[in-house]
Amino acid sequence: MKYVLLICDDETNQPTNEELAADPVHQAWEADLERRGAELVGERLRPVVDATTVRVRDGETLVSDGPFAETKDFVGGIVIIECANLDEAIAIAAGHPYARWGGVEIRPVWE
Amino acid sequence: MTAPDDVRTAVAAAYRDEWGQVIATLIGLTGDWDLAEDCAQDAFAAALATWPRDGVPHRPGAWLTTTARNRATDRLRRAAAGAAKLRQLAVLARDPDVPPIEEIPDERLRLIFTCCHPALPFPARVALTLRTLAGLTTAEIARAFLTAEPAMAKRLVRAKRKIQEAGIPYRVPPAELLPQRLAAVLAVLYLIFNEGYSEGPDEEDVRRALTAEAIRLTRILVRLMPPEPEPRGLLALMLLHEARRTTRTEDGVLVTLEYQDRSRWDRTLIAEGVETLDQALAMRRTGPYQVQAAIAACHATAPDAASTDWPQIATLYTELARLAPSPVVDLNRAVAVAMADGIPAGLALVDEIAASGRLDDYHLLPATRADLLRRAGRTAEAKAAYEQARKLAPTEAERRYLSGRLREL
Repeated sequence: MKYVLLICDDETNQPTNEELAADPVHQAWEADLERRGAELVGERLRPVVDATTVRVRDGETLVSDGPFAETKDFVGGIVIIECANLDEAIAIAAGHPYARWGGVEIRPVWE
Repeated sequence: MTAPDDVRTAVAAAYRDEWGQVIATLIGLTGDWDLAEDCAQDAFAAALATWPRDGVPHRPGAWLTTTARNRATDRLRRAAAGAAKLRQLAVLARDPDVPPIEEIPDERLRLIFTCCHPALPFPARVALTLRTLAGLTTAEIARAFLTAEPAMAKRLVRAKRKIQEAGIPYRVPPAELLPQRLAAVLAVLYLIFNEGYSEGPDEEDVRRALTAEAIRLTRILVRLMPPEPEPRGLLALMLLHEARRTTRTEDGVLVTLEYQDRSRWDRTLIAEGVETLDQALAMRRTGPYQVQAAIAACHATAPDAASTDWPQIATLYTELARLAPSPVVDLNRAVAVAMADGIPAGLALVDEIAASGRLDDYHLLPATRADLLRRAGRTAEAKAAYEQARKLAPTEAERRYLSGRLREL
Protein backbone atom coordinates (compact mmCIF):
# COMPACT_ATOMS: atom_id res chain seq x y z
CA MET A 1 0.00 0.00 0.00
CA LYS A 2 1.00 3.61 -0.57
CA TYR A 3 0.89 6.11 2.28
CA VAL A 4 1.73 9.78 2.61
CA LEU A 5 3.36 10.71 5.89
CA LEU A 6 2.58 14.28 6.89
CA ILE A 7 5.39 15.36 9.17
CA CYS A 8 3.85 17.90 11.54
CA ASP A 9 4.94 20.15 14.39
CA ASP A 10 4.09 23.55 15.82
CA GLU A 11 7.19 25.16 14.25
CA THR A 12 8.62 26.22 17.62
CA ASN A 13 11.50 23.84 17.04
CA GLN A 14 12.99 24.39 13.59
CA PRO A 15 16.27 22.60 13.08
CA THR A 16 18.22 23.56 9.97
CA ASN A 17 18.58 20.96 7.25
CA GLU A 18 22.19 20.42 8.37
CA GLU A 19 21.18 19.93 12.00
CA LEU A 20 18.46 17.55 10.93
CA ALA A 21 20.85 15.54 8.76
CA ALA A 22 23.27 15.31 11.70
CA ASP A 23 20.55 14.10 14.13
CA PRO A 24 21.23 10.43 14.89
CA VAL A 25 17.48 9.76 15.10
CA HIS A 26 17.05 11.14 11.58
CA GLN A 27 19.99 9.11 10.34
CA ALA A 28 18.51 5.95 11.84
CA TRP A 29 15.19 6.77 10.21
CA GLU A 30 16.77 7.22 6.78
CA ALA A 31 18.61 3.92 7.21
CA ASP A 32 15.35 2.19 8.16
CA LEU A 33 13.59 3.53 5.03
CA GLU A 34 16.52 2.39 2.91
CA ARG A 35 16.48 -1.10 4.44
CA ARG A 36 12.73 -1.46 3.83
CA GLY A 37 13.00 0.04 0.33
CA ALA A 38 9.92 2.04 1.30
CA GLU A 39 10.60 5.66 0.35
CA LEU A 40 9.14 6.91 -2.94
CA VAL A 41 9.26 10.68 -2.38
CA GLY A 42 10.35 12.83 0.53
CA GLU A 43 10.46 16.62 0.78
CA ARG A 44 10.79 19.06 3.63
CA LEU A 45 8.51 22.10 3.39
CA ARG A 46 9.27 25.77 4.15
CA PRO A 47 7.43 27.05 7.23
CA VAL A 48 3.84 28.24 7.21
CA VAL A 49 4.80 31.96 6.98
CA ASP A 50 5.93 31.21 3.43
CA ALA A 51 2.66 29.51 2.55
CA THR A 52 -0.09 30.77 0.27
CA THR A 53 -3.59 29.36 0.15
CA VAL A 54 -5.78 29.47 -2.93
CA ARG A 55 -9.56 29.14 -2.77
CA VAL A 56 -12.14 29.64 -5.49
CA ARG A 57 -15.56 30.80 -4.33
CA ASP A 58 -18.35 31.69 -6.75
CA GLY A 59 -15.88 31.73 -9.61
CA GLU A 60 -13.61 34.19 -7.85
CA THR A 61 -10.04 33.23 -6.97
CA LEU A 62 -9.11 34.19 -3.40
CA VAL A 63 -5.47 34.12 -2.48
CA SER A 64 -4.44 34.43 1.14
CA ASP A 65 -1.46 34.27 3.34
CA GLY A 66 -0.60 31.22 5.41
CA PRO A 67 -2.62 28.13 6.20
CA PHE A 68 -6.39 28.20 5.86
CA ALA A 69 -7.24 27.09 9.36
CA GLU A 70 -5.90 27.61 12.84
CA THR A 71 -4.17 24.43 13.85
CA LYS A 72 -1.69 23.61 16.53
CA ASP A 73 0.55 21.56 14.26
CA PHE A 74 1.54 22.40 10.68
CA VAL A 75 2.76 20.12 7.94
CA GLY A 76 6.52 20.55 7.76
CA GLY A 77 7.29 17.86 5.23
CA ILE A 78 5.85 14.99 3.31
CA VAL A 79 7.14 11.52 2.62
CA ILE A 80 5.45 9.07 0.29
CA ILE A 81 6.13 5.46 1.14
CA GLU A 82 5.11 2.07 -0.14
CA CYS A 83 4.87 -0.74 2.41
CA ALA A 84 2.85 -3.82 3.37
CA ASN A 85 0.20 -2.37 5.68
CA LEU A 86 -0.68 0.22 8.30
CA ASP A 87 1.41 -1.47 10.98
CA GLU A 88 4.53 -1.11 8.85
CA ALA A 89 3.64 2.53 8.10
CA ILE A 90 3.21 3.10 11.86
CA ALA A 91 6.61 1.54 12.51
CA ILE A 92 8.20 3.83 9.91
CA ALA A 93 6.40 6.94 11.18
CA ALA A 94 7.42 6.18 14.76
CA GLY A 95 11.07 6.37 13.74
CA HIS A 96 10.84 9.94 12.40
CA PRO A 97 12.48 12.52 14.68
CA TYR A 98 9.44 14.85 14.52
CA ALA A 99 7.32 12.09 16.04
CA ARG A 100 9.08 12.89 19.33
CA TRP A 101 7.87 16.50 19.61
CA GLY A 102 5.30 16.98 16.85
CA GLY A 103 3.38 14.23 15.13
CA VAL A 104 3.33 12.20 11.95
CA GLU A 105 -0.04 11.79 10.26
CA ILE A 106 -0.38 8.71 8.08
CA ARG A 107 -2.77 9.01 5.14
CA PRO A 108 -3.38 6.15 2.76
CA VAL A 109 -3.12 7.21 -0.89
CA TRP A 110 -6.49 7.07 -2.67
CA GLU A 111 -5.73 4.57 -5.40
CA MET B 1 -35.45 -36.41 10.95
CA THR B 2 -34.52 -34.52 14.05
CA ALA B 3 -37.16 -32.85 16.20
CA PRO B 4 -37.51 -29.16 15.25
CA ASP B 5 -36.89 -27.99 18.83
CA ASP B 6 -33.64 -29.94 19.03
CA VAL B 7 -32.52 -28.40 15.74
CA ARG B 8 -33.35 -24.90 16.89
CA THR B 9 -31.41 -25.50 20.11
CA ALA B 10 -28.49 -26.90 18.13
CA VAL B 11 -28.46 -23.94 15.74
CA ALA B 12 -28.69 -21.48 18.63
CA ALA B 13 -25.78 -23.23 20.36
CA ALA B 14 -23.78 -23.25 17.13
CA TYR B 15 -24.50 -19.54 16.67
CA ARG B 16 -23.21 -18.80 20.15
CA ASP B 17 -20.13 -21.00 19.91
CA GLU B 18 -19.17 -20.89 16.23
CA TRP B 19 -20.23 -17.49 14.86
CA GLY B 20 -16.88 -15.81 15.64
CA GLN B 21 -14.91 -18.73 14.22
CA VAL B 22 -16.95 -18.90 10.98
CA ILE B 23 -16.65 -15.13 10.43
CA ALA B 24 -12.95 -15.14 11.27
CA THR B 25 -12.22 -17.98 8.84
CA LEU B 26 -14.21 -16.32 6.04
CA ILE B 27 -12.48 -12.97 6.56
CA GLY B 28 -9.16 -14.77 6.58
CA LEU B 29 -10.01 -16.42 3.23
CA THR B 30 -11.65 -13.52 1.41
CA GLY B 31 -10.43 -10.38 3.20
CA ASP B 32 -13.95 -9.03 2.73
CA TRP B 33 -15.73 -8.28 6.02
CA ASP B 34 -19.20 -7.71 4.57
CA LEU B 35 -19.05 -10.77 2.34
CA ALA B 36 -17.92 -12.84 5.32
CA GLU B 37 -20.86 -11.65 7.40
CA ASP B 38 -23.43 -12.22 4.64
CA CYS B 39 -22.16 -15.72 3.91
CA ALA B 40 -22.03 -16.67 7.60
CA GLN B 41 -25.65 -15.56 7.93
CA ASP B 42 -26.54 -17.63 4.86
CA ALA B 43 -24.84 -20.65 6.40
CA PHE B 44 -26.86 -20.38 9.61
CA ALA B 45 -30.05 -20.00 7.57
CA ALA B 46 -29.07 -23.12 5.59
CA ALA B 47 -28.55 -24.99 8.86
CA LEU B 48 -32.10 -24.14 9.97
CA ALA B 49 -33.39 -25.44 6.62
CA THR B 50 -31.38 -28.65 6.23
CA TRP B 51 -30.53 -29.92 9.71
CA PRO B 52 -34.15 -30.99 10.43
CA ARG B 53 -33.93 -33.22 7.32
CA ASP B 54 -30.31 -34.41 7.47
CA GLY B 55 -29.73 -34.30 11.21
CA VAL B 56 -27.32 -32.08 13.15
CA PRO B 57 -23.82 -32.66 11.75
CA HIS B 58 -21.13 -34.24 13.87
CA ARG B 59 -19.06 -31.03 13.76
CA PRO B 60 -21.48 -28.11 13.34
CA GLY B 61 -18.63 -25.57 13.17
CA ALA B 62 -16.93 -27.34 10.24
CA TRP B 63 -20.30 -27.77 8.46
CA LEU B 64 -21.10 -24.07 8.86
CA THR B 65 -17.63 -22.99 7.74
CA THR B 66 -17.78 -25.19 4.62
CA THR B 67 -21.27 -23.95 3.76
CA ALA B 68 -20.30 -20.32 4.25
CA ARG B 69 -17.15 -20.83 2.18
CA ASN B 70 -19.15 -22.42 -0.67
CA ARG B 71 -21.56 -19.50 -0.52
CA ALA B 72 -18.61 -17.09 -0.78
CA THR B 73 -17.29 -19.01 -3.80
CA ASP B 74 -20.67 -18.70 -5.54
CA ARG B 75 -20.87 -15.00 -4.88
CA LEU B 76 -17.33 -14.29 -5.99
CA ARG B 77 -17.86 -16.36 -9.13
CA ARG B 78 -20.71 -14.06 -10.07
CA ALA B 79 -18.61 -10.95 -9.43
CA ALA B 80 -15.80 -10.69 -11.96
CA ALA B 81 -13.72 -8.60 -9.54
CA GLY B 82 -13.46 -11.57 -7.21
CA ALA B 83 -11.26 -13.63 -9.54
CA ALA B 84 -8.11 -13.51 -7.40
CA LYS B 85 -9.95 -14.32 -4.20
CA LEU B 86 -11.74 -17.11 -6.04
CA ARG B 87 -8.46 -18.75 -6.99
CA GLN B 88 -7.41 -18.66 -3.36
CA LEU B 89 -10.70 -20.24 -2.29
CA ALA B 90 -10.49 -22.85 -5.04
CA VAL B 91 -7.06 -23.97 -3.82
CA LEU B 92 -8.41 -24.38 -0.31
CA ALA B 93 -11.62 -26.03 -1.51
CA ARG B 94 -9.65 -28.95 -2.96
CA ASP B 95 -9.04 -30.16 0.58
CA PRO B 96 -11.55 -32.92 1.24
CA ASP B 97 -12.54 -31.25 4.49
CA VAL B 98 -12.01 -27.93 6.24
CA PRO B 99 -9.34 -28.32 8.88
CA PRO B 100 -10.96 -28.99 12.25
CA ILE B 101 -11.67 -25.85 14.23
CA GLU B 102 -9.00 -26.69 16.84
CA GLU B 103 -6.23 -26.57 14.24
CA ILE B 104 -6.84 -22.96 13.25
CA PRO B 105 -7.36 -21.30 16.60
CA ASP B 106 -5.55 -18.14 15.56
CA GLU B 107 -8.33 -17.03 13.20
CA ARG B 108 -10.46 -15.68 16.02
CA LEU B 109 -7.39 -14.23 17.66
CA ARG B 110 -6.56 -12.37 14.45
CA LEU B 111 -10.12 -11.10 14.37
CA ILE B 112 -9.95 -9.83 17.98
CA PHE B 113 -6.68 -7.98 17.34
CA THR B 114 -7.93 -6.49 14.08
CA CYS B 115 -11.18 -5.27 15.65
CA CYS B 116 -9.18 -3.72 18.51
CA HIS B 117 -6.48 -2.07 16.36
CA PRO B 118 -5.42 1.25 17.92
CA ALA B 119 -6.02 3.06 14.59
CA LEU B 120 -9.77 2.49 15.09
CA PRO B 121 -11.69 4.84 17.41
CA PHE B 122 -12.36 3.21 20.77
CA PRO B 123 -16.19 2.94 20.46
CA ALA B 124 -15.77 1.35 17.03
CA ARG B 125 -13.42 -1.27 18.50
CA VAL B 126 -16.04 -2.26 21.05
CA ALA B 127 -18.87 -2.32 18.50
CA LEU B 128 -16.90 -4.28 15.93
CA THR B 129 -15.79 -6.85 18.50
CA LEU B 130 -19.38 -7.42 19.61
CA ARG B 131 -20.65 -7.60 16.03
CA THR B 132 -18.04 -9.88 14.46
CA LEU B 133 -16.90 -12.05 17.37
CA ALA B 134 -19.99 -12.28 19.49
CA GLY B 135 -22.55 -12.06 16.68
CA LEU B 136 -24.65 -9.43 18.47
CA THR B 137 -27.01 -7.56 16.17
CA THR B 138 -26.48 -3.87 15.45
CA ALA B 139 -29.72 -3.15 17.34
CA GLU B 140 -28.48 -5.00 20.44
CA ILE B 141 -25.14 -3.16 20.43
CA ALA B 142 -26.88 0.19 19.92
CA ARG B 143 -29.21 -0.51 22.86
CA ALA B 144 -26.37 -1.52 25.17
CA PHE B 145 -24.42 1.66 24.41
CA LEU B 146 -27.43 3.98 24.31
CA THR B 147 -26.94 4.92 20.68
CA ALA B 148 -29.50 5.04 17.91
CA GLU B 149 -29.34 2.01 15.62
CA PRO B 150 -28.57 3.98 12.40
CA ALA B 151 -25.68 5.73 14.16
CA MET B 152 -24.30 2.39 15.33
CA ALA B 153 -24.71 0.92 11.84
CA LYS B 154 -22.80 3.87 10.40
CA ARG B 155 -20.04 3.42 12.96
CA LEU B 156 -19.67 -0.26 12.00
CA VAL B 157 -19.61 0.52 8.28
CA ARG B 158 -16.96 3.19 8.81
CA ALA B 159 -14.80 0.89 10.92
CA LYS B 160 -14.92 -1.91 8.35
CA ARG B 161 -14.14 0.57 5.59
CA LYS B 162 -11.18 1.96 7.49
CA ILE B 163 -9.76 -1.52 8.00
CA GLN B 164 -9.81 -2.04 4.27
CA GLU B 165 -8.78 1.43 3.10
CA ALA B 166 -6.13 2.28 5.67
CA GLY B 167 -4.58 -1.16 5.28
CA ILE B 168 -5.07 -2.37 8.87
CA PRO B 169 -3.57 -5.86 8.71
CA TYR B 170 -5.69 -8.90 9.57
CA ARG B 171 -3.27 -10.53 11.95
CA VAL B 172 -2.02 -10.99 15.47
CA PRO B 173 0.66 -8.31 15.89
CA PRO B 174 4.30 -9.36 16.07
CA ALA B 175 5.86 -10.02 19.47
CA GLU B 176 7.31 -6.52 19.96
CA LEU B 177 3.86 -4.88 19.55
CA LEU B 178 1.98 -7.52 21.51
CA PRO B 179 2.09 -6.02 25.03
CA GLN B 180 0.71 -2.68 23.82
CA ARG B 181 -1.89 -4.22 21.50
CA LEU B 182 -2.95 -6.83 24.05
CA ALA B 183 -3.71 -4.01 26.50
CA ALA B 184 -6.14 -2.50 23.94
CA VAL B 185 -7.86 -5.87 23.47
CA LEU B 186 -8.19 -6.43 27.22
CA ALA B 187 -9.53 -2.89 27.68
CA VAL B 188 -12.27 -3.54 25.10
CA LEU B 189 -13.25 -6.84 26.71
CA TYR B 190 -13.32 -5.27 30.18
CA LEU B 191 -15.42 -2.37 28.91
CA ILE B 192 -17.93 -4.81 27.43
CA PHE B 193 -18.05 -6.63 30.77
CA ASN B 194 -18.48 -3.42 32.75
CA GLU B 195 -21.22 -2.22 30.44
CA GLY B 196 -23.10 -5.38 31.35
CA TYR B 197 -22.14 -5.32 35.02
CA SER B 198 -22.80 -1.76 36.00
CA GLU B 199 -26.23 -0.50 36.88
CA GLY B 200 -27.68 0.87 33.66
CA PRO B 201 -30.97 1.65 32.02
CA ASP B 202 -30.84 -1.40 29.67
CA GLU B 203 -32.86 -4.47 30.30
CA GLU B 204 -31.33 -7.06 32.58
CA ASP B 205 -31.08 -9.68 29.82
CA VAL B 206 -29.06 -7.41 27.51
CA ARG B 207 -26.66 -6.63 30.34
CA ARG B 208 -26.38 -10.28 31.31
CA ALA B 209 -25.65 -11.17 27.68
CA LEU B 210 -22.83 -8.60 27.62
CA THR B 211 -21.07 -9.98 30.71
CA ALA B 212 -21.49 -13.51 29.36
CA GLU B 213 -19.99 -12.51 25.99
CA ALA B 214 -17.11 -10.67 27.62
CA ILE B 215 -16.31 -13.72 29.76
CA ARG B 216 -16.60 -16.06 26.77
CA LEU B 217 -14.30 -13.91 24.59
CA THR B 218 -11.78 -13.57 27.40
CA ARG B 219 -11.81 -17.36 27.86
CA ILE B 220 -10.98 -17.70 24.15
CA LEU B 221 -8.13 -15.23 24.53
CA VAL B 222 -6.78 -17.17 27.54
CA ARG B 223 -6.93 -20.43 25.61
CA LEU B 224 -5.28 -18.91 22.54
CA MET B 225 -2.48 -17.10 24.41
CA PRO B 226 -1.51 -19.49 27.21
CA PRO B 227 1.83 -17.82 28.06
CA GLU B 228 0.26 -14.38 28.70
CA PRO B 229 -0.74 -13.75 32.34
CA GLU B 230 -2.95 -10.66 31.88
CA PRO B 231 -5.80 -12.35 29.93
CA ARG B 232 -6.03 -14.82 32.83
CA GLY B 233 -5.94 -11.90 35.27
CA LEU B 234 -8.85 -10.27 33.46
CA LEU B 235 -10.80 -13.54 33.28
CA ALA B 236 -10.31 -14.06 37.02
CA LEU B 237 -11.46 -10.49 37.70
CA MET B 238 -14.62 -10.95 35.61
CA LEU B 239 -15.48 -14.31 37.23
CA LEU B 240 -15.04 -12.92 40.74
CA HIS B 241 -17.29 -9.94 39.96
CA GLU B 242 -19.85 -12.09 38.18
CA ALA B 243 -20.04 -14.37 41.23
CA ARG B 244 -21.44 -11.47 43.27
CA ARG B 245 -23.72 -10.05 40.61
CA THR B 246 -27.10 -11.11 41.98
CA THR B 247 -26.42 -9.59 45.40
CA ARG B 248 -25.40 -6.13 44.17
CA THR B 249 -28.86 -4.64 44.18
CA GLU B 250 -32.01 -5.40 46.06
CA ASP B 251 -35.32 -3.99 44.80
CA GLY B 252 -33.40 -1.43 42.73
CA VAL B 253 -31.27 -0.22 45.65
CA LEU B 254 -27.50 -0.62 45.55
CA VAL B 255 -26.16 -2.98 48.22
CA THR B 256 -22.51 -2.37 49.15
CA LEU B 257 -20.11 -5.28 49.65
CA GLU B 258 -20.35 -5.04 53.43
CA TYR B 259 -24.11 -5.72 53.40
CA GLN B 260 -24.33 -8.23 50.56
CA ASP B 261 -25.76 -11.67 51.31
CA ARG B 262 -22.61 -13.77 50.99
CA SER B 263 -24.52 -17.05 51.06
CA ARG B 264 -25.85 -16.10 47.61
CA TRP B 265 -22.41 -15.60 46.03
CA ASP B 266 -21.63 -18.19 43.36
CA ARG B 267 -19.01 -20.46 44.95
CA THR B 268 -18.21 -22.26 41.68
CA LEU B 269 -17.35 -19.01 39.91
CA ILE B 270 -15.29 -17.83 42.88
CA ALA B 271 -13.32 -21.09 42.94
CA GLU B 272 -12.64 -20.84 39.21
CA GLY B 273 -11.70 -17.17 39.51
CA VAL B 274 -9.23 -17.85 42.31
CA GLU B 275 -7.70 -20.79 40.44
CA THR B 276 -7.36 -18.74 37.23
CA LEU B 277 -5.75 -15.93 39.21
CA ASP B 278 -3.26 -18.36 40.80
CA GLN B 279 -2.28 -19.62 37.33
CA ALA B 280 -1.68 -16.03 36.20
CA LEU B 281 0.32 -15.07 39.31
CA ALA B 282 2.47 -18.20 38.92
CA MET B 283 3.84 -16.68 35.69
CA ARG B 284 5.43 -13.93 37.81
CA ARG B 285 4.65 -11.02 35.49
CA THR B 286 2.16 -8.95 37.43
CA GLY B 287 -0.17 -6.57 35.61
CA PRO B 288 -3.08 -4.35 36.62
CA TYR B 289 -5.79 -6.95 35.87
CA GLN B 290 -4.07 -9.54 38.06
CA VAL B 291 -3.82 -7.06 40.93
CA GLN B 292 -7.49 -6.06 40.59
CA ALA B 293 -8.43 -9.75 40.51
CA ALA B 294 -6.36 -10.33 43.65
CA ILE B 295 -8.31 -7.55 45.40
CA ALA B 296 -11.61 -9.05 44.22
CA ALA B 297 -10.42 -12.45 45.49
CA CYS B 298 -9.75 -11.01 48.97
CA HIS B 299 -13.36 -9.83 49.13
CA ALA B 300 -14.85 -12.94 47.54
CA THR B 301 -13.09 -15.37 49.87
CA ALA B 302 -13.67 -13.53 53.16
CA PRO B 303 -16.29 -15.52 55.13
CA ASP B 304 -17.88 -12.27 56.36
CA ALA B 305 -17.29 -8.53 55.93
CA ALA B 306 -15.58 -8.23 59.34
CA SER B 307 -12.86 -10.75 58.49
CA THR B 308 -11.88 -9.05 55.21
CA ASP B 309 -8.08 -8.89 54.94
CA TRP B 310 -7.83 -5.08 54.71
CA PRO B 311 -4.05 -4.79 55.20
CA GLN B 312 -3.58 -7.12 52.22
CA ILE B 313 -6.08 -5.10 50.13
CA ALA B 314 -4.31 -1.84 51.04
CA THR B 315 -0.99 -3.34 49.89
CA LEU B 316 -2.58 -4.48 46.63
CA TYR B 317 -4.03 -1.01 45.97
CA THR B 318 -0.57 0.50 46.54
CA GLU B 319 0.75 -1.91 43.89
CA LEU B 320 -2.15 -1.07 41.54
CA ALA B 321 -1.49 2.67 41.98
CA ARG B 322 2.09 1.99 40.87
CA LEU B 323 1.08 -0.11 37.81
CA ALA B 324 -1.93 1.93 36.70
CA PRO B 325 -1.99 5.27 38.52
CA SER B 326 -5.42 6.91 38.77
CA PRO B 327 -7.21 9.04 41.37
CA VAL B 328 -9.98 6.40 41.58
CA VAL B 329 -7.40 3.79 42.59
CA ASP B 330 -6.07 6.24 45.21
CA LEU B 331 -9.60 6.64 46.57
CA ASN B 332 -10.07 2.88 46.87
CA ARG B 333 -6.69 2.64 48.55
CA ALA B 334 -7.80 5.27 51.07
CA VAL B 335 -10.79 3.09 52.03
CA ALA B 336 -8.57 0.06 52.49
CA VAL B 337 -6.14 2.09 54.62
CA ALA B 338 -9.03 3.36 56.75
CA MET B 339 -10.15 -0.21 57.39
CA ALA B 340 -6.62 -1.48 58.05
CA ASP B 341 -4.99 1.40 59.96
CA GLY B 342 -7.96 3.34 61.33
CA ILE B 343 -10.38 5.94 60.08
CA PRO B 344 -8.13 9.02 60.59
CA ALA B 345 -5.42 7.58 58.31
CA GLY B 346 -7.99 6.90 55.56
CA LEU B 347 -9.70 10.29 55.95
CA ALA B 348 -6.35 12.05 55.60
CA LEU B 349 -5.81 10.31 52.25
CA VAL B 350 -9.34 11.14 51.07
CA ASP B 351 -8.85 14.81 52.00
CA GLU B 352 -5.59 14.81 50.07
CA ILE B 353 -7.40 13.55 46.92
CA ALA B 354 -10.21 16.09 47.44
CA ALA B 355 -7.67 18.91 47.76
CA SER B 356 -6.04 17.86 44.47
CA GLY B 357 -9.36 18.53 42.69
CA ARG B 358 -8.86 15.51 40.41
CA LEU B 359 -12.17 13.89 41.35
CA ASP B 360 -14.36 16.95 41.74
CA ASP B 361 -17.39 15.57 39.89
CA TYR B 362 -17.06 11.97 41.06
CA HIS B 363 -19.87 11.05 43.46
CA LEU B 364 -17.86 8.31 45.15
CA LEU B 365 -15.43 10.87 46.59
CA PRO B 366 -18.01 12.55 48.88
CA ALA B 367 -19.74 9.17 49.37
CA THR B 368 -16.49 7.67 50.66
CA ARG B 369 -15.81 10.68 52.89
CA ALA B 370 -19.36 10.46 54.23
CA ASP B 371 -18.94 6.80 55.05
CA LEU B 372 -15.67 7.36 56.91
CA LEU B 373 -17.06 10.38 58.79
CA ARG B 374 -20.09 8.31 59.82
CA ARG B 375 -17.81 5.58 61.17
CA ALA B 376 -15.82 8.22 63.05
CA GLY B 377 -19.06 9.49 64.65
CA ARG B 378 -18.85 12.91 62.94
CA THR B 379 -22.55 12.81 62.03
CA ALA B 380 -23.14 16.41 60.91
CA GLU B 381 -20.19 16.35 58.51
CA ALA B 382 -21.23 12.89 57.25
CA LYS B 383 -24.72 14.20 56.45
CA ALA B 384 -23.35 17.07 54.39
CA ALA B 385 -21.06 14.73 52.46
CA TYR B 386 -23.90 12.24 51.73
CA GLU B 387 -26.02 15.15 50.42
CA GLN B 388 -23.20 16.20 48.14
CA ALA B 389 -22.72 12.63 46.89
CA ARG B 390 -26.44 12.26 46.16
CA LYS B 391 -26.35 15.35 43.96
CA LEU B 392 -23.53 13.85 41.88
CA ALA B 393 -24.70 10.20 41.76
CA PRO B 394 -25.34 9.06 38.17
CA THR B 395 -27.84 6.22 38.74
CA GLU B 396 -31.13 5.83 40.54
CA ALA B 397 -29.88 2.76 42.47
CA GLU B 398 -27.04 4.80 43.91
CA ARG B 399 -29.25 7.79 44.77
CA ARG B 400 -31.61 5.43 46.59
CA TYR B 401 -28.71 3.88 48.47
CA LEU B 402 -27.39 7.31 49.55
CA SER B 403 -30.87 8.45 50.64
CA GLY B 404 -31.08 5.30 52.76
CA ARG B 405 -27.78 6.11 54.46
CA LEU B 406 -28.90 9.68 55.12
CA ARG B 407 -32.11 8.50 56.78
CA GLU B 408 -30.11 6.24 59.12
CA LEU B 409 -28.05 9.15 60.49
